[in-house]
This record gives sequence, C-alpha cells and structure tokens, in this order.
Amino acid sequence: MLAFFAQHSKLVDQIGINALLALSLSLSLRAGQLALAQAAFMGIAAYVSAIGAVNAGWNLVECALAGALAAGAVALLLALPIGRLRGVFLAIATIGFGEIARIVEVNASITGGAEGFSNIPNDANTLWIYGTLALTGTALFFFNRSKFALAAAATREDENAARGVGIDVARVRMLTLAGGAVVAGLAGALYAHANFFITPGDFGFPRMEQILVYCVIGGVTSSLGAVAGAALMTILPEVVRFLQDYREVTSGAILLGIILFAPDGIAALWKRRS
Amino acid sequence: MSGARGRELAVEGVSVRYGGVAALDEVSLQVAPGAVVGLIGPNGAGKTTLINAVTGVVRPAQGRIALGGTQLERLPQYRVARCGIARTYQNIRLFGALSVGENVRAGAIARPGRLSDTEARALLARAAMHEADLARRAGSLPYGEQRRLEIARALAAQPAVLLLDEPAAGMNPAETHELREVIRAIAAGGTGVLLVEHDMSLVSAVCDSVVVLNFGEVIATGTPTEVARNPAVIEAYLGTSEA
Repeated sequence: MLAFFAQHSKLVDQIGINALLALSLSLSLRAGQLALAQAAFMGIAAYVSAIGAVNAGWNLVECALAGALAAGAVALLLALPIGRLRGVFLAIATIGFGEIARIVEVNASITGGAEGFSNIPNDANTLWIYGTLALTGTALFFFNRSKFALAAAATREDENAARGVGIDVARVRMLTLAGGAVVAGLAGALYAHANFFITPGDFGFPRMEQILVYCVIGGVTSSLGAVAGAALMTILPEVVRFLQDYREVTSGAILLGIILFAPDGIAALWKRRS
Repeated sequence: MSGARGRELAVEGVSVRYGGVAALDEVSLQVAPGAVVGLIGPNGAGKTTLINAVTGVVRPAQGRIALGGTQLERLPQYRVARCGIARTYQNIRLFGALSVGENVRAGAIARPGRLSDTEARALLARAAMHEADLARRAGSLPYGEQRRLEIARALAAQPAVLLLDEPAAGMNPAETHELREVIRAIAAGGTGVLLVEHDMSLVSAVCDSVVVLNFGEVIATGTPTEVARNPAVIEAYLGTSEA
C-alpha cells in the first residue's frame, strides 16, 4: 500500500484536493440544497490564486486565502438570485452558473483564455494539501456539533417546520453555500498551485459531476463519507488501469451499485442507526 | 427571542383570501396566558388557515395579530416563532431523519444555549413521552409518539402561545385521554393554548372557551356547553332540516 502511494504522489495530492471538493459539496447538501456550482467556485479560486501568484507575486497562503474569499463572495452574490429555487431547478440554475463562469474564463484575456494559464508556481505539495484538509476537517468537526449544523439539518428535513421553530432558512442556505464555496476555493487554489497549468475545462461540468459522485458514494451528508468517496473514486481508475478503455465502466458500476443497494452511501455502513 | 410567558395573543379582524375566495373573513379571537381556547368548525372552515395566518405562513389581507405588544402580521414565519409562538401540524412535520433528541433540540434552537439530555427528556415527559430513546430516528416512531414528539419540540421553544392543529388525530382513546392532561399541564404552566380539534370530548374536557368557524367566519363563541347548544353551530355541522 505504502509503495503504491510512494509511486503515485501525484495521485495522493489529487485525493486530498478531491476530498476537499467533496467536503465543500456536502456542506451545501447538508442544508438540502442541490447546488452544483462547486467546480465553478473551484475555478474562480484557481484563477484568482494563479493570477495573484504570477501577476502580483503573492505567496501560496495569500493566494489560497484570496481564492477562497473570492469564491465565498461570489457564492453570497449567487445566493440572492437562486434563493427561491429548490431541487432540480436549483441544480439546473447552478449548472448554468458554472457554464457562465467557464465561458468567462475562456474569453477573458486575464485568464489566458482557452489555452489556459501557465507558469503557476508549483508550491502546493502534499503537506500543504493535507494540512488544508486537516484544518477543514477540524473546522467541520466543530461545525457538526454546532447549533448551526442542527439548523441546516432541520432545513434539509423540512423547511417549513424549520421556519416554524425559528430558523432563518434563507440565511442557513446562503451560509452553507458560501461555506462550501470557501472550501471549494481552497481546493481550487491548491489545484492551481499543484499543477503549474490550468484551463477553463478543468472546472467544467465533468468536474462537477465527479464531485457529486464522491458525495453520493460517500453519503451525501457525512463529512467522513465524502472524504472516503473522494478517495475511493480517485484511486479506482488507477487500480483498474488494466481494463484500459473500459475502466470508466467501473466508476459507473460502483455508482449504480451504491444507489441501488446503499442509497445512504458508504458512510451508512459504519453509522447504522435504528 | 424571548420565550417569556404571560403575553396574550390577540387576533383582530383578520381576513385571508386565496384568489377570490375568502378563507378567513374578519376573524377575531384572543388567547390569554394559561387559557385553552378551542377552535372548531366543519372541514374547510378555515381553522388551519387561521393557524397559518398567526404563524406567518400566509399573510392576512387585512387585520392585526399581536402577541403582547408585538405586531406579528408582517413578520416572516421564523420571526413569529422567535416571538414566542409555537405550533404542531395537522400532518405531522417532524425532522424525520433526525433523532428524537435532535428534534427537541431543534425546537429550542432560537433560545440561547443548548438543551441537555435531561432537559430534553423533561420536555418529552411533559408531552407524555416517557422513557423516550433520544437516539431513535424520529421518523421511525409510531404515529401517536410522533404527535407527542411534535408537542415536545414545540414546548422546547418555551412559547407564550402554543397552537395545536388536531393533536388527537390518529390517536387511540387512551392516548387522547393522556393528551387532556398534557394540554391542561401546559396551560397551568402559563402558556396559552389554541386547540384545533374535531374530537369534541377532548375540546369539552380541556377548553375554557370555544370559537366556532364556518366558511371563514366566526359563527359562535362561548364555553364548550354554550356552543354545543347554539343553533347556528348545530346547523353548520348537521345542516338544517329542510336541506
């Protein structure tokens, strides 16, 4: 196992970044909102941190903070027009937002357009990535025990009853979306600084779909599940490399199996309640 | 925010319209601290609409709703709840995937601090849910217990006024009998109770006064015995002999 990871340090870094992305989506899912804008938030932060590093000479910490704050601020603005949307309508609107972000990245001159943005300092090593993951995990550990997490869970279960006990549902939804965007922003900044080169295509719908798959497989409202789902679905394509062109089939098969036989995800396997 | 009791709920001339239909037409009633007021009427009379108007779910077209000195009729639903009005639902609306304990804690979410397990158990006991398993998933409880858990969740807010929307629906006679004691004890603690109910034996047993609605209008008010003898009430429920 260790030898496997030693050979695949790039893969280990990817797992950490994907785990952050899964955690970010699980935050907005916690309040019951299927908002599929995580890839866009990641992209916004990736470009802010890349441009900050190359054009303004910021260090990694400055880049990550600026990227995360930019993603969070965009999420707060996005929360206004999508505040009344629910379910698939929210999903479609946020996918649309993701496309807008991608098209802006393709056409703006400061992002380098479709060719991508390169020469990003390659300074986000495994330690930085897992340090950020540990920090985020700790923050979520305390979040999960907070009254705000209970308010989010109540909002997910029944918005009307949540209002009936005095929960400001609009605020809960806005803050979980923004909190998720900040985490996606950290992932985006680390991604930019771990890859030297980014393109708008890195943050399109396929990425969003992957993040959603991590959460569905892990269990949509569990932090540990999200991390486990991200790890499993990042490693799997490497493990089944021998299947060559058919290896994508395994991801689909696992997703189908989880939805059919363990709809609460792998998190439910170690957290069975009455 | 304040859960302080001792404030009267006053509904004055409240009308609610859905399109051209008047669901409530200039309805007035009061619920004094510690009083149990029954709200009865045939199906579609506007009972639940009145509860929805008081809790801010629907906005009245006219009229005033006040709790103590606070005007409620323009406040959003969650602010009304924080002013001290709690409710249960005709169709149970628990947080089904959350535990019994989390449901009770959610009821107290607008109050400062956090409920201990002992406090949660005490609230459940006040709703006649004894020896409850706090870790059990609320959605997996039997129906009658779900109703009681909803009452405990509402009590957790320490409301000035509690609105019970058909709490006895689906309860067996023994459970309904227990519910009488629950409602009496809540009122004895100083909370005003507005009870929407079809079970007339429960209404007669616990209500100090009764308001009868029909087609969105108040057709009678008085003690349970008075309204039961009122010809307009009998007509609303049974129709006239010529009909």
